[in-house]
Order: sequence, then C-alpha cells, then structure tokens
Amino acid sequence: MAESTTMSASGTGSVEPAPAKSFSQRSWRSKLRRVPLSGWIGLVLVGVPAVVAIFAPLLMPHSPTEIDPTRALLPPIGMEGYQPGHLLGTDNLGRDLLSRLIEGARISLLIGVLSVVLAGSIGLTVGLAAGYYSKWIDALLMRFVDALLAIPSILLILVILGVLDPGMWTLIFVLGITNWVIYARQIRAEVLELRERQFIRAAQNFGVSGPTILLRHLTPNVMPSFIVLSTLSVATVIVTESGLSFLGLGVQPPDISWGLMLTTGRDYLATAWWISTLPGLAITFTVLGILLLGDWLRDALDPRLAVGR
Amino acid sequence: MGTYIAGRLAQMIPTLLLIITIVFLLVYIVGDPVSLMLGEHATPEQVATMREAMGLNDPLLVQYFNYLGSVLTGDFGDSYRYNQAALPLVLDRIPATLTLAIGAILLALVIAIPLGVWAATRRGGVVDSAVSSLSVLAKAMPNFWLGIMLILLFAVVLQWLPVSGSGSWAHLVLPVVALGTGTAAEITRLVRSSMVEILSQDYIRTARGKGLRQRVVVYKHALLNAFVPVTSITILQFSTLLGGALITEVVFSWPGLGQLLVNAVSMRDMAVVQAAVFVIAVMVLALSLISDLLFKAVDRRISLG
Repeated sequence: MAESTTMSASGTGSVEPAPAKSFSQRSWRSKLRRVPLSGWIGLVLVGVPAVVAIFAPLLMPHSPTEIDPTRALLPPIGMEGYQPGHLLGTDNLGRDLLSRLIEGARISLLIGVLSVVLAGSIGLTVGLAAGYYSKWIDALLMRFVDALLAIPSILLILVILGVLDPGMWTLIFVLGITNWVIYARQIRAEVLELRERQFIRAAQNFGVSGPTILLRHLTPNVMPSFIVLSTLSVATVIVTESGLSFLGLGVQPPDISWGLMLTTGRDYLATAWWISTLPGLAITFTVLGILLLGDWLRDALDPRLAVGR
Repeated sequence: MGTYIAGRLAQMIPTLLLIITIVFLLVYIVGDPVSLMLGEHATPEQVATMREAMGLNDPLLVQYFNYLGSVLTGDFGDSYRYNQAALPLVLDRIPATLTLAIGAILLALVIAIPLGVWAATRRGGVVDSAVSSLSVLAKAMPNFWLGIMLILLFAVVLQWLPVSGSGSWAHLVLPVVALGTGTAAEITRLVRSSMVEILSQDYIRTARGKGLRQRVVVYKHALLNAFVPVTSITILQFSTLLGGALITEVVFSWPGLGQLLVNAVSMRDMAVVQAAVFVIAVMVLALSLISDLLFKAVDRRISLG
C-alpha cells in the first residue's frame, strides 16, 4: 500500500509505487497459505454446514417433514428418555430434529451467498462511482442511498414481502436489493478519503484516465473492507433470513429454515428447551465460522495490517 | 457552516419525497385495501362504492398527488384495524422503542470502546484474542435467539426476571441485553480494527519517537482518528438497531413500534406501515446529518461541498 509518505509530508511530486503492486499474486498467495487457528476454526464451522447442505439427502436419518405424534418431544442423546435413532431429539410433532437441521442448512447458505453476490456487485459499483466522479453524480447517488438507508432495511424488506409471495427466491431478491446500500456508503467514504492522497493525485497529474484509477488504484485499496463487508453480509443475511422466518414472513412451511424451527421451539421453552436451542446454535456456529473466515481473509489481504506481523 | 446545514436540510426534502414515493408505489402494488376493510362477505357493490369513495379508481398520478397532499398535513389515513389515525398510533409507540434502542446503544458503547481500544493496544496478545473471540461470538448470535435463551435462563430456570411485557426496569433488562449485545460486538470489532490500522501508521511511530506517553498516543492521536469510522458505524447501527428492535420486541412482547409494525405488515394495515416508515426515516436522516457535521468538526480533510 502506498503509505511511504505521511499526510503532512510536503509534496515532492515523487511517484509512489502503484498500490496494486502489493496485491501481486505471490505476496497474497503466501499470506493465504499461513492460516491462523481462528481461520481453521472458521473453515471447519463453514465447511461442515456447507458439506452437509450439499449431501443433505444422503445424510438425513429420517424424512425432515415426517410427522409422528407418538414420538413427539423426545430429548437429545445423553438425556433421560432418549430414544436411539433420534440423535438430537424430536420436535412437538415428532419430526427428527437432526434431519430438519440438515435440510435447514441448505436454504440458509443458499440465501446467504446468492443475495450477497447481488448486493455486493451493485454496492461496489455505486460506491466507487459516487466517491470518485463529479459532485453531481455523488450527490444524486448518495441522496438515493441516504433515502434507502433512512429506512432500516428490515422495514423495506417487510414492505416488499407484503407485495411478493414469501419464499426462498423472493428472500434472495429482496435481501440482495436492500443490502447494497451499506457497501455503497462505506466504499464511497473510503474513496473520498483516498482520492485526496498523494498517489491518486500523482496518477491524475500523469493523465491516467478515471476508469483506470478506479480499477487499478482505488479498487485494490477498498478491497480489504469490501471483503470484510461481504463476509459480514453473508452472516447478516443468514441472521435476517432466520429472523424473517421466525416472524413467519420468510421461508414458508413445508420448507424448512432454522428461523422457522425457532418459532416452534419458543412455545416449548419450559418443557423442551432443545427445540429452540439447537437451531439457534446452528445459526450461531455457521455465522461464527463465516465471521472468522472473514477476519483471516482481511489479515491476509490487507498489506498495511500485515506490516510488522 | 450555517449555509451547509441549510443546504443539507433542503436536501432532506427530495430524500423524504423519494421515500414517500417508494412506499406509495409499493402500497399501490399491494393494491386493494378495500376487501380487507370490508371483510370477506362484502358484496361487489359495496366494494365498488368504497373504492370510489376512497379515490382508488383515480389515475395513479392523481392518487399520488392526493396522497402527497395529505402526507404534508400529517394525515397518513386511518388504520382500518384500530379505527383511528395512523400517525398518532405510531407516535405513541416511539418512546418505548427509543427506550429500548437507546438503552442498547449505550450498553454497546460502554462495552465496545474500552474493549476495542484495549484489544488494539495489545494486538496479538491474550486480551486481544479474548476480546476478538467474544465479540465474534456475540456478533454471531441472532438477537432474537439470544433473547429466547435469556428468557430460558433468567426467566424460566432462575426466575429472576419477567418473561416478557413492560412496566418496570426489570422488564427492560433482558430486551436491552438481547438487542445491545450484537451492536456492542459490531462496534468493538470496528474500534479495534480502526485503532490497529491507525496505530500501524507512520505518524503514530513519529509520535512515539517524540517520546510521547502511550496514553497520549493512543487516546489523543489514534482514538480521535478512529472517531470518523466509529461514528459512521454507530449511526448506521442505530438504523439496524431499530430494525432489530422489531424482532426483539416481538420476542419480549415489548409494546413498541416493532410489534405494531409486524402486526400491521401481516394484516396489511398499510396506513400504519406508511406512517411508521416516514417517522423512522425522519429520525435516521436527522442522525445522518448530525454524523456528517461531526465528521466535519473532527476531520478537516473531508470537504462537505
């Protein structure tokens, strides 16, 4: 990163090395190879539900939707009344919790990843353009972003969900088009600061074109926070999805979602704590894994933070 | 500065207009409030009369300008469920939600700033690892699940605090903790990462080289520069927090805006939804203006043209 001159240094007009240089393949590949412990934990926590989601039909011991009142509210292994075959117990309708958790993993991960891809691509583009280009583009885009940010995204999501039929693809769409503003605002703020720096000024003075500066000089510099934001976003989206499903506005039965399972369990807190505890743990550990992965990526990809390691 | 504030206030008008328009269009797509208001057994004639009376047969633009006109006078229409004007209904709920949100923000800041600074100054050490692990774990927990677990532990098993409802300080404890924990984690992470980034810069080395004490370097040179991202995220968090409060309120039967809204959305009581969106938007816009003014005061490099 072009940090060889401090902000207060008098401009000598010397050209600093292009910031993209520290992103050369060799440097970040070697950094990615040194995975810290938390990175490994993250990989495992994300890897398990990911693998489980992919091979779900092979792994489920029972049908996740099969109702059996005679086996209702069975406790998980290690507790009194445990019945072999239902490792994590059953819910109020006698459905096998392990099978339901496995099926729920598929929907949560799919919604998380796809909606973040949608939100990230819109947000990065808008943020770069607003931060770098002339004031009226910035003003126009930021008024729009402000307008959207002024409504907590869940509110906008709720209003839109009132219009569209609820379900998985609706959620992906809605979460994607409501979450990009966070990227736009953050990236724009960083570009505003970056474009006052010497290396951008120097590039401008040398006549480098706007799009080139955006791609070669600004994009690499906002990448660390873009990656951190994206990671956090997958996590946020999974939590939002489960929240909406918890409220009965997200994934609809007979489809399964961890959030939906929590709703059921809430009514049985005093008698069957595992029904709401286990899906919550599944959400927490998955999100935890994603967050740890993001931290590791940040440390590996941010050259400035890597200095002095 | 005065000109700038006036300019920003003027800019809020198109922003609010845009929000009103978005919500109007969404409600327009949702369509027919009449069948909801009259119930399933209404005759087609009754529905037709009602639609005509409400102006729902007018062209889109006419409806839009009529709507704008009534919004300007604070009239968002009547809630068909409560049979009263929507705006007062919403304003009534604001104090309860604000109590929850402000409580959560305060709890978060009180936890986050010292922890974040502490972790950043001991980067790579035991404290740093512990703070980072805790904050990542807290961030990972959905607030409504944390709420349910808090109820399970403190209300069902230990019976120290009430399960839900409102009316006393004891009722406030669990919802504030459930709502504030995630925010605290988010802000701690940001304070730490901003501080780490700032502390690795050359001017900090210079300050240390001058022989300044650690405390002066950390709090005067570094923390002030972390102010911009931290304020930005805290204010963004407030908006997120109001959203999170929706679900937390439902978990704890807290009589705030959230409960009103979730019910209104599922009953398609759109007058209430519109009034609530408008009121929340005004609050968040005001906060955003305040945050920009703070940036200007703290960081002279940022030009607020």
